[in-house]
Amino acid sequence: MNVPRPPTPPFANEPPETGAFFARDRQWHPAALTPAYKTSVLRSPQKALLSFGNTLSEMTGPVFGHNILGDLDNDLIHNYARPGEAAIGPRIIVHGKVLDERARPVPGVLLEFWQANAGGRYRHKKEGYLAALDPNFGGCGRAITAADGSYALRTIKPGPYPWPNGVNDWRPAHIHFSIFGSGFAQRLITQMYFEGDPLIPLCPIVNTIKDPAAIEQLIAPLDMAATIPMDATAYKFDIVLRGRRSTLFENRLEGN
Amino acid sequence: MPQPLGSLKETPSQTGGPYVHIGLVPNFCDIAGVWPTDLGASMVNTRTLGERITITGRVFDGLGAAVTDCIVEIWQADATGLYPSPSETRGSSDPNFAGWGRCPANAETGEYRFETIKPGRVPYPGGGLQAPHISLWIVARGINLGLNTRLYFADEAVANAEDPILRRIDPPARRATLTAARAGAAYSFDIHLQGPRETVFLDI
Repeated sequence: MNVPRPPTPPFANEPPETGAFFARDRQWHPAALTPAYKTSVLRSPQKALLSFGNTLSEMTGPVFGHNILGDLDNDLIHNYARPGEAAIGPRIIVHGKVLDERARPVPGVLLEFWQANAGGRYRHKKEGYLAALDPNFGGCGRAITAADGSYALRTIKPGPYPWPNGVNDWRPAHIHFSIFGSGFAQRLITQMYFEGDPLIPLCPIVNTIKDPAAIEQLIAPLDMAATIPMDATAYKFDIVLRGRRSTLFENRLEGN
Repeated sequence: MPQPLGSLKETPSQTGGPYVHIGLVPNFCDIAGVWPTDLGASMVNTRTLGERITITGRVFDGLGAAVTDCIVEIWQADATGLYPSPSETRGSSDPNFAGWGRCPANAETGEYRFETIKPGRVPYPGGGLQAPHISLWIVARGINLGLNTRLYFADEAVANAEDPILRRIDPPARRATLTAARAGAAYSFDIHLQGPRETVFLDI
């Protein structure tokens, strides 16, 4: 049995990231209790969180080498399809950069994606929507950011789908993202929405976020510059992870 | 107008939803062949240094029902207290220890399980040592922002008593919510999202 080797910095000429993270703005994120999203009612902690400054346990985190990736990991059109076949649906490219709050690119970050197929159906045994499965679409992918923080995936545009919350709630088309950073305190899951989708403002999960500007941060615009003529349209989705405090002129305490 | 700072806002979180397994543990949910094994399924091998332990537990909702669709990730130091991370500048950690693990709850029982080693002590900023601990991150349908907490070890009473994080928990009776009970080499650590035994969750 093998386990991952301890990582080396993905770009060895860069010094390792070692500072403490900026405090998380919990007004920008959704609250834990958001009654219009009913499942949150019994799954939201009710007591105050314990806040404390980062220790090494939060400032360090797992990183993953490009060697874990297969050739089709970021190609959801083909990574589950039978040889010579392809997933059905509008072909799209999703690309962007992972940045930190200081607007610096974050290289070597593992991104994991999952989504419904073009009909709005997930490949999952708990999924009951009547839309058909696509035998050539699994719905998962992953990528690791390059030296400039960039990533890209090829997929089909997911469909919207109804879900049991209110009597007639629909999820806007979306792609789920899981993002690692260089520290465990940066760990994040979010969802990317598509510019112009009229279901976005109606969705109780979208609306767990209070600030309209924060919601806009999750909406990917059509990016004609990145389209592939006669092949795929493109959407741009940049992701921002928590930044680390600058250590300029800072007194370094013993053991820090 | 002064110059803009040029800083950005963190991308806001959204729930992992009910199908989080597709992206994080596709082999677990019968999407085979996209990649060979689910990431984080094993943390140790036969050469890993340190005391072998298992950690099992369940996550409970506000009605006391096990959350059977959650995923738990853990992050910990090796047996000497070093993290397998580029951000670890004090030395090189055990090359046979991954430090990070990921486990989906059992779809029927809700149980999660990790086979790992007991971590060493890690310094606290400003001096002193933290008690041995494991950091946890929990996501599920209905959880809008992943929940952070820590596991401490019941048989480390002396270290726990001086741990700067545990000591900040008030009332002190709630410290027990972060302490895993030991039986042989097995620790059990249940997490309560709400109620009188609500786990202390962390704003890190």
